[in-house]
Formats: sequence, structure tokens, C-alpha cells
Amino acid sequence: MSKKQTLVVIGNGMVGHNFLENLVASDIRDDYDIVTFCEEERAAYDRVHLTEFFSGKTAEDLSLVSEGFFDTNNIKIHIGDKAISIDKANKFVTSAKGVAISYDKLILATGSYAFVPPIEGHDRENCFVYRTIEDLEALTEAAKKAKIGAVVGGGLLGLEAAKALKDLNLKTNVVQFSARLMSAQLDTGGADMLAAKIEALGISVHPSKNTRKIVDGTDCQHKMEFADGTSLETDIILFSAGIRPRDEIARISGIEVGTRGGIVINDQCKTSDPDIYAIGECAVWNEETFGLVAPGYHMGRVVVADLQGQATEFSGADMSTKLKLNGVDVASIGDAHGKAEGALVYTYQNGADEIYKSLVVSADKKKLLGAVLVGDASGYGTLSQYYLNAIDLPEHPDSLIIPSRSDESVGLGPDALPESAQICSCFDVTKGQICSAVEAGCHTMPALKDSTKAATGCGGCSALLKSVLDCELEKSGFEVNTDLCEHFAYTRQDLYNLMMVNEIKSFNDFLTQHGQGRGCEICRQAIGSILASYWNEYVLSDKQMSVQDTNDTFLANMQKDGTYSVVPRMTGGEVSPEGLIAIGQIAKKYNLYTKVTGGQRVDLFGARLDQLPPIWKELIDAGFESGHAYGKSLRTVKSCVGSTWCRFGVDDSVGLAVQLENRYKGLRAPHKIKFAVSGCTRECAEAQSKDIGVIATEGGWNLYVCGNGGMKPRHADLFATDLDKETLIKYIDRVLAFYVRTADRLQRTSVWMENMEGGLDYLKSVVIDDKLAICDDLEVHMQNVVDTYQCEWKTTIEDEEKLKRFRHFVNSDKTDENIVFVEERGQIRPANEQERQHFALTEEV
Amino acid sequence: MSHWIDICATSDLQADSGVCALVEGKQIAIFYMPKDNRIYAIDNYDPFGKINVLSRGLIGDIKGEAMVSSPLYKQHFSLETGQCFEDESIKNDTYAIRIENNRVEISLEG
Repeated sequence: MSKKQTLVVIGNGMVGHNFLENLVASDIRDDYDIVTFCEEERAAYDRVHLTEFFSGKTAEDLSLVSEGFFDTNNIKIHIGDKAISIDKANKFVTSAKGVAISYDKLILATGSYAFVPPIEGHDRENCFVYRTIEDLEALTEAAKKAKIGAVVGGGLLGLEAAKALKDLNLKTNVVQFSARLMSAQLDTGGADMLAAKIEALGISVHPSKNTRKIVDGTDCQHKMEFADGTSLETDIILFSAGIRPRDEIARISGIEVGTRGGIVINDQCKTSDPDIYAIGECAVWNEETFGLVAPGYHMGRVVVADLQGQATEFSGADMSTKLKLNGVDVASIGDAHGKAEGALVYTYQNGADEIYKSLVVSADKKKLLGAVLVGDASGYGTLSQYYLNAIDLPEHPDSLIIPSRSDESVGLGPDALPESAQICSCFDVTKGQICSAVEAGCHTMPALKDSTKAATGCGGCSALLKSVLDCELEKSGFEVNTDLCEHFAYTRQDLYNLMMVNEIKSFNDFLTQHGQGRGCEICRQAIGSILASYWNEYVLSDKQMSVQDTNDTFLANMQKDGTYSVVPRMTGGEVSPEGLIAIGQIAKKYNLYTKVTGGQRVDLFGARLDQLPPIWKELIDAGFESGHAYGKSLRTVKSCVGSTWCRFGVDDSVGLAVQLENRYKGLRAPHKIKFAVSGCTRECAEAQSKDIGVIATEGGWNLYVCGNGGMKPRHADLFATDLDKETLIKYIDRVLAFYVRTADRLQRTSVWMENMEGGLDYLKSVVIDDKLAICDDLEVHMQNVVDTYQCEWKTTIEDEEKLKRFRHFVNSDKTDENIVFVEERGQIRPANEQERQHFALTEEV
Repeated sequence: MSHWIDICATSDLQADSGVCALVEGKQIAIFYMPKDNRIYAIDNYDPFGKINVLSRGLIGDIKGEAMVSSPLYKQHFSLETGQCFEDESIKNDTYAIRIENNRVEISLEG
């Protein structure tokens, strides 16, 4: 067996890490001992989505390293240690901490650094760049004491940074040297439209400003003096004037660098030394550098292929880009400026809706050369496919950007794309690969993303991916069937709308008017839930009884042995000593197993059907009410002890939790709903894993939505910050009412959010901006639910007719002798089958 | 002919839902669909969960055949034949049942 070679990767950024993932997934993974240097204190994270750090994502959320990646794959990583020199002759790398490692193959993935123009005063306090999590942390800290911020640079990154400053509540300015925003990607018309839209968001744009020096300000910390004699005062300055390749290790080690910097590579991504490769933003190919991740990933794949001995080459990259800046859609494809000879330009400008689109096409009008989209980038997927695959344009190319006023469809259906068409540029996934995955059984977006990785990078291709999926499913005869069941050819949402419009109040009316047959457990339960959500009538009323799931029918949770568990409500997890004593006495009297739940209350197990009413009578007499643990409804609002007792508490989390639980208790929903309220950012109530989470801040309450623990954990999304209590409740009313109205049956809020077209931004636009003009309706609905609340158990025990249901036998007072308990750790538990047989035998004897 | 055993009054039944009766030591689930004027009787025992709970399941039909869905793990049983839809080898007993003069009567004879 030949000895393993050593492969060293310098740099564990997005590109370096992606290379490692590809390497260990390849058949040559066992040929190498792998070592990597990571200068930063944390391993690879998602720099593309760095801005999301400000909307609640943590460094962990941004991490690109799957758990145990380095250990599992036997990769030695030197965190916080920078490789500083390469001895090419003797083939070893030396690090800042003095580590020296011999290599056989070396990969440079050192990335780039933020360029700071050599302006006098650029190194003053509170002048930052925007590149690493540490930069963001320092910026956040400084922003606490600042009011005004300025970004130097109006490019793509500069505008991202401006959004970050705005999110930090600073009055934000963008100062740019060139005459227009995103000058590399946009033409003049597009840039003007973008500037207007950015200004409308409250960000001031200062074009054609050449900063000469930065000096002390009068009102703010800094004054920026411009060449034209004007000036701007600001507390914070953020430089985002472009990036430069980090090629210093190549320079000092005698590896060839480009005239404008960057490590020179050939088509195999090899540097001037044949055992050393360079990939990503540090590399220069054909005198071109690439400041996007996709080309860097591509270079990494080329290196893996080269190491495998396969013929392959890097041949440049598509620098098309699509992004959402402060809610403004911007996209640029290919030759946006129409530089090619004979190129023709079409433009469409809609001042009313603030939309700008331009197309650059070849002289014969057959091929698309470039495009700019501002305000509406929905055509990006189609246009980039025309561009990338050199597909012949329709007879009138402008039909691609003029709004369609008739039924004619000019979009490029997924069918028109060749198998080789690249759908996802981040992970280089072609249409052919997607089709194979669909054929292999990936019939949903999550399954498809999981299997192909498509749309899991920047996410720009997700709409296109969805259309390929739908098209393939349809072609292969899979009817995309959204019927609830064989009795109702409708989705849950359809049924909800039918109920509201036609004021339907019972399952039988539903069945007669819109269904067929006699129903089943799926439609009965779903319609039972819909009716209860909207009309909020007593669930055991005669006309609703037959549609309740078992647990709802008996207002308790059926356990494996056919007995039930009983959970009284303890709002916010608060319970008095008298209450606890009462529960203890009742549990003792009925010989129930007791356990504290994850929702901060007590669960009593082992109640026979016939015992439920007397148990509840005693609980209600002791001041308790139903905890709705049996319903697809609000369960609990968990809370930490908050500012009332806690030394660190910022606000009264228990008080708010009690208020929220009392407000939403009894609300029937597509699935169960859990809340939590934390009194400070230490987050002891774990609110970010709940459907609705609230965390106290110095400025009010932060609202998180659509989190989940359980089977598939999902970190909740930060929905709004520093809310007063009134606004907080208003938003929660709307979010919940909208969820109840639009989710599928048995869909938790987390999955509802994952499947929502437009995601968090869309939900915000509905709930905060009232885009659909339904907020009044949503609030009225919720208020009605609040006003008509009743404790179902109280209603039930007062109704002799209802109590008849709680006998095991309709014709006898005997109980089910199949229910047998044994003792374990001082309490009862259901007997297992062996034990049950044993008991049966002893009784016969 | 059949020996009919009196169980309870029609008013003791639950429309579009089930109750459980104790008949000569057997637990029998009885389902009543007043709209179709149908009544069904099937063993209350759930052979999957090995407990007596079928009377608490939701009812309806699968392709026109009346069924009950077990409240425990949701297997479906034909109310006509007792056959489990998910597992061919599982079949519950069903019984003749009728309504006479507002009384429910059952026959345990096969």
C-alpha cells in the first residue's frame, strides 16, 4: 500500500470549505491526509448571507460546517492560525503560530479583503469594513452609541451594508465615487430607478462624491470632506469600496501574481507551481477575478477533477446576479451595458410602479446578451436561461419585458430548457440532475433541495426549481393532487374560504354542498378544526361531535392503553401552592400517574373514560380550567421568571405569558401551537423554538415566529423588534389568524413558513404592511375567538346529556377490564402484554 | 331464526359516531349513520393496539364502503365485513344489528 499524500488547504472560507466537501465526497478522499488552515476564529460560514446576522441569525446559524464534519472526515483544521509562507522547493507551509507542514498538493483559498481607499482619516475610530462576523459585532457595538451612518461605496456590497446600518436604526447615507449605484451591474436607467427606490426607503444616496479626508465633526464624530467642497457628518463610516484578492502569501513565496493582483491560475486552476492550486476570490484567471461564490465553487470542482486525473477546465463564469436590497428586487445578467458590437437595447420603464427592465440582444435579435431588472426581477430565471443556454429569442424579444396584457404566455417553460441547462449556479445543478431526482421520488421542494442541494445556496433559483418540479411531475403523470381526501376535491384553504363565504356551520352541510360519500377521519377532523377555528362553537355540540378527533371527542389525550391523560391549564407555568395541593389530592384519589410536561404544567395519566368527568369536576371546583392539551390548538405559553424575580430580567415575561395564554387559549388551529416568552436575551424560555416567541428587550418586545422544536427543529424568524405590547398582540393576532386561514391540515407554523411563497418577507408584508388588506378581518376573527372562549370541560360537566358519552358501555356501568396497571418507581403504569396475561390467569384461578 | 338481544334505546346512540355495548361478555362497537339510516356492529377490540377502543374512532367510507378508523393508530376497518383495509390478515367480527321500535337489537349468531 502506498503512503498517503498530504493535501493542505489554506483558507476555510466558503470556497475552501466547499472544496473540502467535494474532496471528501470523491473517490480520492482516502488518497490524502487533509489539513486546513483557518485564519478566523470560526470555521467556514455563509458570508453571502452575512446581513442576516442583523435580522436575528447567529454565527451558528450562518455556519456552513455540518456537525462533526472535520472529525468524521479526519481533516486536521488549524483554527485561528494563518498560513504565512510556502517553501516551494522543500514543499512545506509555515503558519503564524509556528506550525510547519509538508505538503504534496497545496490549495490556496485565501479569499479577498475589503478595500479601504487611502483617504486621510480612514483609520479613525468607528470606521469599519464589512467582511467578517467580527466586523459585524464591532459595528453593532458602535451603533449603540451612534445616530448617523455612512457607507462608502454604492456597489452590491455597499447597498447590503447600507441595509445593515438601517437595521441598526441609524440614519443611513450611501456615498459613492461613481455617478450611479451598482455601476458594474446596472445601466443608467436601472441605476436611477434603484436610487429612487433606495431613497424612498429613507437611505440618502450621494453620487459622484470623491471623499478627500475624514476629520472631526461638529455634531457627529466624523466629517467627510468631498472634492466638490461639500461635506457630510456621520458617527460611523463603513467602507465597502470593493474587494481585493488576498495574494500576499503567493507574493512572498514567489508564486506568480497578476498585474492588478490575484494569484494567476490556468484552466486547471494551477498556479505557476504545478503542485499548487488557487481557487475563489484570491485567484485571477484570464486577467479576471470573480467576486461571487459560484465561480469559486466551480474552481474547487475543477481542482478535485484534476486531482482525480480527469480532463476538465475552468472557462470563466457567469457573473449574472439577482438580489433583494432592502426589499427592492435587482437583477443583472451578462452584458448589462450593451458593450458588444452591434448590440441592440430594449428598455421598459414604468414610473408608476417603479419598475425598470432592459434587454441587450445580438444584432440579429436572436440571442440575449444581457439584461437589467429593477423593481421586478420575476423574469430573471427565464432570462438567464435564454442567456446561459443561448436559446433563440422569440420573434419580438421585448415581449419578455413588457407586461403581458393578454393571455399569451411568453415565459420560457421549463420544458424548453435543455437537459444541460444549469438551474442552480451555486451548486452547479443541471435540469437533467433535477429531473433524475424527481424520477427517483423527490416530489416536494424540501425533498428535491435535500437530494440535489439546488436552491440551498443563494436561493435565487428556487422559483425556477419549483417550476421544473411541477412540470416534471405533470409530465410523468403524477397529478399534483391537493385534494383533502376522496370526499372533498378541495384543499384545506379552499374549504376555509367556502366556509366563510357560504357561512357553513356543520360537517353535514359541507358534505352535502361540496363533498361526496360519508367522509372519513381526515376530512372530518380537518373540517371540525376549520369550523372550530372560525365559529369557535362548543366542540361537543350535537352537530360538531361527529367530526372531532378522538382526543377532542373526550377532551383528553388517549394513551396507548386506551386510558386518558388530563392536563389542567397553568397559564405561563404559574401555579399556586393551593393549586398544586389540589392537583396532588385529585391525582392521589384517582390513582393517577403524574408528570411535569415540557410546557410547564402537570399531566395526570391513567384516567379511565368514566373517570374524566368527576376528575374534571374536582379540578374546576379547585379553580382550574381545560388546558386543551388534547386539541390542535394553543397549548402553553412557557415563560422564564422574568424581571419580577430574576436579577437579569428586563421585563415581566410571566405577566405577558399569562396575558397571551389567556388571550389565545381555546383557539383551534391546523395543528398545535406553542408560545414562549423570555424576560431577557438569555432566553431561558427558549422562545426561538416556538411557533410564537417573544423576548423582552430594552426597547420593548421582539417577536419571533414559526419556530419549532420536536421532530424537525426550526429556528424561529425574527419578525419585528422593540414592539410595545399593543402592537405585539396585534401582530400575533394577525399571524395566527392568517395561519389558521391558509395552512394545510396538520401543518405546523414552521412548515407553513417553509412552504410560503415569498417566505418571511411575504408574511411581513401581509401582517405589517397589510398588503392583502385583510388585517381588519384577521383581527375581527381573533377578537371573536377571544370573546367566545369557554372552558369546554365546564360546559361538559354541566350537561347531563354530554356526560352519557363518558361511560365505557352504553348498556352497563361496568368498566373495561382490559385496563390493568402495575407499579413502577412509586407510581402506576400500563401493564405490558405479558403482565396483563398474568393478571388474567390469576383472576381465573 | 336469529336471537335478537336488546341493547339500548335509539336515543342512546350517537349520530355519525359510535358507542360501545357489553353483550354476553363481548365488547361491541355500534355505529349509527342516521342520514343513510344505517347501523353497524363490530368488535370493539383494536387488534393493533390490543385495546378496546374502536367505538371511539371516526367513521365514514372508503370508496363507498362504510368504515371506522381506529383512534389509536388510524387503521381502517370495514363496517360491512370487519376487514382491515391496511392488513389483509386482520379481520374483526361483525354482527347483525337492527332498530326495532326505537330499540337497538343485536344478534351474536353468525
